[in-house]
Amino acid sequence: MFENFVVPNLLPALPELFLTTMALVILMLDLVVKSPRRTPIFVLTQATLVVCALIQLVTSTGEVAFTFSNMFVDDLMADVLKFFLYATVIVVLFYSRGYVLDREPMAKGEFYVLALFATLGMMVMISANHFLTLYLGLELLSLSLYAMVAMNRDSVVSTEAAMKYFVLGALASGMLLYGMSMIYGATGTLEITELTMRLASGGANKSVLIFGLVFLVAGLAFKLGVVPFHMWIPDVYHGAPTGVTLFIGSAPKLAAFAIVMRLLVSGLWTLAADWQNMLMILAVLSMAVGNLAAIAQTNLKRMLAYSAISHMGFMLLGIVTGVVARKSGGPDPVLALNAYSSAMFYVLAYVMMTACAFGMILLLARAGFEADELEDFKGLNKRSPWFAGMMLIVMFSMAGIPFFIGFFAKFSVLQAVVISGQYWLAIVAVIFSLIGAFYYLRVVKIMYFDAPVDTTPIAAPLDMRVLVSANGLAIALFGIFPQWLMSICAAALKNSL
Amino acid sequence: MDIPTLTFFAFAAVLIFASMRVITARNPVHAALHLILAFFTCGAIWALLQAEFLAIAIILVYVGAVMVLFLFVVMMLDINMDRIRQGFWKHLPLGVVIGLLMVLEMGMVLGSRYFQVPAADAIEPANVSNVKTLGALMFSDYVYPFELASIVLLVGMIAAIVLTHRGPKNTKYINPSKQIAVKAQDRVRVLQMPVEKE
Repeated sequence: MFENFVVPNLLPALPELFLTTMALVILMLDLVVKSPRRTPIFVLTQATLVVCALIQLVTSTGEVAFTFSNMFVDDLMADVLKFFLYATVIVVLFYSRGYVLDREPMAKGEFYVLALFATLGMMVMISANHFLTLYLGLELLSLSLYAMVAMNRDSVVSTEAAMKYFVLGALASGMLLYGMSMIYGATGTLEITELTMRLASGGANKSVLIFGLVFLVAGLAFKLGVVPFHMWIPDVYHGAPTGVTLFIGSAPKLAAFAIVMRLLVSGLWTLAADWQNMLMILAVLSMAVGNLAAIAQTNLKRMLAYSAISHMGFMLLGIVTGVVARKSGGPDPVLALNAYSSAMFYVLAYVMMTACAFGMILLLARAGFEADELEDFKGLNKRSPWFAGMMLIVMFSMAGIPFFIGFFAKFSVLQAVVISGQYWLAIVAVIFSLIGAFYYLRVVKIMYFDAPVDTTPIAAPLDMRVLVSANGLAIALFGIFPQWLMSICAAALKNSL
Repeated sequence: MDIPTLTFFAFAAVLIFASMRVITARNPVHAALHLILAFFTCGAIWALLQAEFLAIAIILVYVGAVMVLFLFVVMMLDINMDRIRQGFWKHLPLGVVIGLLMVLEMGMVLGSRYFQVPAADAIEPANVSNVKTLGALMFSDYVYPFELASIVLLVGMIAAIVLTHRGPKNTKYINPSKQIAVKAQDRVRVLQMPVEKE
């Protein structure tokens, strides 16, 4: 039985292997590092991510490569998403460094090790071509995140958030697994490419498939955080230490987009007519609940949590219309590609904006002070006109005001919706975006027209200031030249679908 | 009756005896020890069915790890068995009904024609070791999820340590060099007070 053993091609999975090795090395090195600031660990973690990004760039061929008995797929979509994933994690770790150092229970090397393992989990999810690896990647990510939320263990709010996240996350994983087992029962395969072929050839029990699909969509909706599976988002975003909230709110959205694409769009697209309706309901409800509930919030982290719900709903519109475009009048790959790449563009833009928004909260936070209330941003313009300007860019961009990246993200998704002929969906999306603009603009009003409550000068280190500024300017720059990012998304999905 | 059948009946008798003792023994340690015997006999029956992997797994995992932990707990806690036994007769009818239901359900599953293994599939060809087959699959086709699962377990371990380890602060350990370096001024505080009269 060992005669036909072939060593799998390790080249497509090189970044994963490197990251795993380095995470283990860092875990051991942490024992001998004496510095309380953990600078060597931090530097090594960032260097690992940079090297991973370089490996990804060098080894990316643009071809679709399978390895590990077809459980791992490396295509251009995976390359692009992983590249952005490394960039996001690097930025996130820079932002949260000062915050973590100020809070004693979190100032440990394990914070960085857990962040690396979470990154590995997301990479596995992005490259998953098998239900088993997809689930394991998801669990690796979730388990690391639960621990990171709970790390600030002297805080009751954080512990409560971790507990909620853990229980609801476990429930969601259970739903996902149940859905997967049903689909396995109907088709007899766990491999996503194989699944597509078997479904196309027909013969599978349709009602079992639909039954599984419902659970699968519910599990995915939990992980994406869209209504009515959004209950955990506000509490976890609010309760988690801001440095970790930033992590949860940004990078995992990339991985969630990847698994929705792999599971629903490539795996189960013969069932598109069924899941399309489910996603449409989720999208409309998310935009409604997210935007309306955000108005009532006085805590900025909670407000951004509801805004995350509405943004994810908006992103789903792109995925939904891709299928409509395929369905009406026969398959139209150009329109479908357009819709999917607009969804991908939306996710990338959202991650960029949310990183900057939480970066601003972290910039104002200091030891013993969280800066997460709307009050804390009062009169920011008088304290620091430059950073008030950065926050203005983020808020305008999230509201979808031209010419920032958020506008083009919304615009391209809406364009896809209109082309697919679902005008009512486009109208609903625009109305809720307008309602949403209110609470983003309120932040701007608070910063520019209210008197400051807190007059402490901003004492963030230089690297943090530079990075937040760069992030804010990137939002503006990509808003002027959105075609750079758009063409990357289109190219990435063209070779992957 | 051939030898394997005879062995099976012997093991089955031991298993039933051990299981009965688990619930009837007065001493909880005896009950736990009989549970170990029951697991071990289960492993033996699996070995008879040529499921070596399951046999080894149950002995390593249940007997080796779970039951040892269980015994520790039982020995450390002072369990008053007489209190637990109170109301035995009161709960007996419910217990019997639940037990009968379980037997019925099992019979329905095993008796229905969907769950019958075709005779041809049940006979394994000679010289096939399922430990070897499982191992070969695990380290060839399934090596990627297998390694990932190990990393998930590692993260679980790291998380448990990070969340519970509070450093050696609450031990009675005293740093000798600190003890030697102590000065009288650090320990005794001399206060200036006006003299008070009775």
